[in-house]
Amino acid sequence: MEYEPVIGLEVHVQLNTESKIFCGCSTKFGSDSNTQTCPVCLGLPGVLPVLNEEVLKKGILAGLAINAKIASYSKFDRKNYFYPDLPKAYQISQYDKPICEDGYIEIPVKNGLKKIGIKRLHLEEDAGKSIHSETPGNNFSFVDLNRTGVPLAEIVSEPELGSGDEAYEYLQKIKTIMKYIDVSDVNMEEGSLRCDVNVSVREKGAVKFGEKVEIKNLNSFKSVRASINYEIERQIRMIESGEKIVQETRLWDADSNETYSMRSKEDAHDYRYFPDPDLAPIILAPEYIEEIKKTLPELPDAKLRRFVDEYSLPEYDSSVLTSVKQLADYFEETVKLGANPKKASNWIMSELLARITNPEEIKSFHASPGMLAKLLALIEDGTISGKIAKTVFEEMTATGKGPEQIIDEKGLKQVSDTGEIDSMIDAVLKNNQKSVDDFKNGKENAFKFLVGQVMKESKGKANPILVNDLLLKKISG
Amino acid sequence: MITDKTISSLSEMLEKKEISSREICQAYLKRISDLNGRLNAYITVDPGMLMVEAGISDERRSSGKQLSRYDGIPIAVKDNISTKGVKTTCASRILSNFVPPYDAHSYEQMKSRGFLLLGKTNMDEFAMGSTTETSYFGPSKNPFNTDRVPGGSSGGSAVAVSSGMAPGALGSDTGGSIRQPAAFCGVVGIKPTYGRVSRYGLVAYASSLDQIGAFATTVGDAAVLLSTISGHDVRDTTSIDREVDFRPGDLSGDVSGVRIGVPEEYFEGVSEEIAAVIKNKISLLEKSGAVVEKISLKYTEYAIPVYYLIATAEASSNLARYDGVRYGLRPEGINNLSDLYLKSRSEGFGREVKRRIILGTFSLSSGYYDAYYMKALKGRTLIIRDFQDAFSKVDAIISPVTTTTAFKIGEMISDPLQMYMSDILTISTNLAGIPGISVPVGVDGKGMPIGLQIMGDHFREKTILSLAANVEKTCEKIKPEI
Ligand SMILES: [Zn+2]
Repeated sequence: MEYEPVIGLEVHVQLNTESKIFCGCSTKFGSDSNTQTCPVCLGLPGVLPVLNEEVLKKGILAGLAINAKIASYSKFDRKNYFYPDLPKAYQISQYDKPICEDGYIEIPVKNGLKKIGIKRLHLEEDAGKSIHSETPGNNFSFVDLNRTGVPLAEIVSEPELGSGDEAYEYLQKIKTIMKYIDVSDVNMEEGSLRCDVNVSVREKGAVKFGEKVEIKNLNSFKSVRASINYEIERQIRMIESGEKIVQETRLWDADSNETYSMRSKEDAHDYRYFPDPDLAPIILAPEYIEEIKKTLPELPDAKLRRFVDEYSLPEYDSSVLTSVKQLADYFEETVKLGANPKKASNWIMSELLARITNPEEIKSFHASPGMLAKLLALIEDGTISGKIAKTVFEEMTATGKGPEQIIDEKGLKQVSDTGEIDSMIDAVLKNNQKSVDDFKNGKENAFKFLVGQVMKESKGKANPILVNDLLLKKISG
Repeated sequence: MITDKTISSLSEMLEKKEISSREICQAYLKRISDLNGRLNAYITVDPGMLMVEAGISDERRSSGKQLSRYDGIPIAVKDNISTKGVKTTCASRILSNFVPPYDAHSYEQMKSRGFLLLGKTNMDEFAMGSTTETSYFGPSKNPFNTDRVPGGSSGGSAVAVSSGMAPGALGSDTGGSIRQPAAFCGVVGIKPTYGRVSRYGLVAYASSLDQIGAFATTVGDAAVLLSTISGHDVRDTTSIDREVDFRPGDLSGDVSGVRIGVPEEYFEGVSEEIAAVIKNKISLLEKSGAVVEKISLKYTEYAIPVYYLIATAEASSNLARYDGVRYGLRPEGINNLSDLYLKSRSEGFGREVKRRIILGTFSLSSGYYDAYYMKALKGRTLIIRDFQDAFSKVDAIISPVTTTTAFKIGEMISDPLQMYMSDILTISTNLAGIPGISVPVGVDGKGMPIGLQIMGDHFREKTILSLAANVEKTCEKIKPEI
């Protein structure tokens, strides 16, 4: 029997506004516990939420970036449940009228692109953090409410992902888009991106979905992929051995690489959603949405296509360069300053990316686009060889000095004076009579060796084309 | 006697330097110490703090820097309106030690005009009740007959004003909680349009219905207080920026040409004595030139179920935050989290509050939502339309406030359904968000006060206050003998 997995993702993206969604408290990460709180986010009696317009704008921008429809009417609802880190005992979220609906993104698959539908994007507030004492004998728990009220956008995909790999690509794409439009830091380790997974399995071609299992506690893209792969296998194994899949929530254990049951459907909460009477509905004029649309930058997919078309770059180069907006900007800046696109791309992909851990921080990288463009020009006009250029680049990266200064200071200028090269060749030939003989006996490799020796003698500075020509003349002549 | 004076006359005396704020406050504190033991109108009074504030006010005035002509007049505030640094208990055990670190917008407005805080008044726990009997601090008593209830939930504020323990008071009205106790205690009580006064700092019972308003002995004073607390507040997105056009000078009392609707449904089940008094007042208005016509508010009978579904649903969520984790009552002997929730809430809330939380939780539960909460929202829309239709024909609607005068303490508390039914004439205005005022217009055979209700369209406070001022002129002052 062939089976087909059906996977949907619920991604929580923390929006990077300065202040919280319903009060003026800072959203800064990592401050002392409970220092970024006020009566509103503490849920004191009688205080009221006021929607932060920046959150609304970022939510709309995110919706536009995932090709969603922006609702002209949406509202906030209360999701009621008790938890110590939820001060009001309800979370303000959006239930049946989310701000964005019906979007999609495209992800790369084996033979091209696959469109993944996005059911909705809605805005909500984050809860606080419970910290449970690990000291034996101390059974107190602590609550940190700094995160309470930090704005989140929850992005719910259609159940259209077919594998762990596709889920991984989907997350990558969501991450890239959210970074491009600067609405979130999307850092799974810091919790600014969180992901829950729904997995079910059905017979290939079946119309009905199988019972779905929700997986929580996923803390990296890799664990998302691994947990899905594990869960697909587990469910197929169960079906084949005649067991029934039950709707439940399972937790991923990254140590054992397994999921285990947390609660069954019967224990599921009844959140008693209802419209929050403290917040007026959001009614958006088309012009308001239009204004936000104008601020939408070029998105990664469009940029990739443009790099292929405009710079004649290979698909692969373009996808690497556009994977991070700052990297793409760096590339374009370099080209704008006169560099050949393909050569610039090669340098960025091989030399630059090898020296930088986070391409988003390329702005603080010592070697600026201007320096790279100059370096490429110096190779082009024969001032230095490609090999020397790598040394120069290394030095640029370390010191921030310009390529010409480095070449001057280190005397790396290419030697094109034939007399100087001649005397170097003479010295090499004198000490390598055997290789000369080998060459004359038809060993091509011996010539390459001799060229290498001359280059070595010149400390890499001799113009390799001249060396080639002069050497050939000397031996053959 | 100072404590017989209106806010307007106290203001005049202060302006003329015939009296000081200290003297006024002293008189009220004396009155409170004489009467509060019997009437239980106040939960918290801080004489020391008040006298300091009065002294500061007198200094402001003597240096010509008074904040307004009312600077130095003390006012009572219902104990669900937050007052920075002063206990705000909502008459509940669960908040019996709660001191808010912020002022409600309404109280902030009062302070900015120089009004002083006389004390925090008793109420039904979390404003849930119509008698002030559900207070954790015991019932307030009706000054006209201490065996009878003062009404509720703002009973303490009504009693304080009625008995001369305050010249005016702030209250809140979710389903009649200002107008009904005002009627029972023979004072003026106004609930403004939803959104006229910021709810910031008002401890929520039912957010879509709650509105802060005022008690006073005269319509003019009620207008003074309401105009002081009105206004837009960025901290409450349901508050609305509207011009305040109903200061005492704006109220002509001229009713000629004003169209008054009299809804027949509002006289069903009303005691004959009350109906007769109200009808008499309506005919007097007609004589002064008002145009009176019969109207129908046909969905009135659904108001009670609609109200109790919506109010309890919102309450069940609003009161969920009292979980014992961060503030409020923390009972002894807690071993784990569910213990903490269970004990804090079981011991912290009274019976009526628990009843409403359970009701509301039920009606929002999956499987029941459509049948109850959703249906109630639809019913609310019908009631709103009822009023829209009515106000397309008339400028104001006049009715009784209550079906009976104040009943005996203990008479209704054991029969919640009967008590809920007694709100029938006041809750529709909250569901529709329109303003309503209760004006004392006489007493029944037992000497208990009768109130006349005037309702207006959204933001037509001026219309109902003007009418009320006219009605007031035709009435003898009602005073309890204490
Ligand atoms: Zn805050």
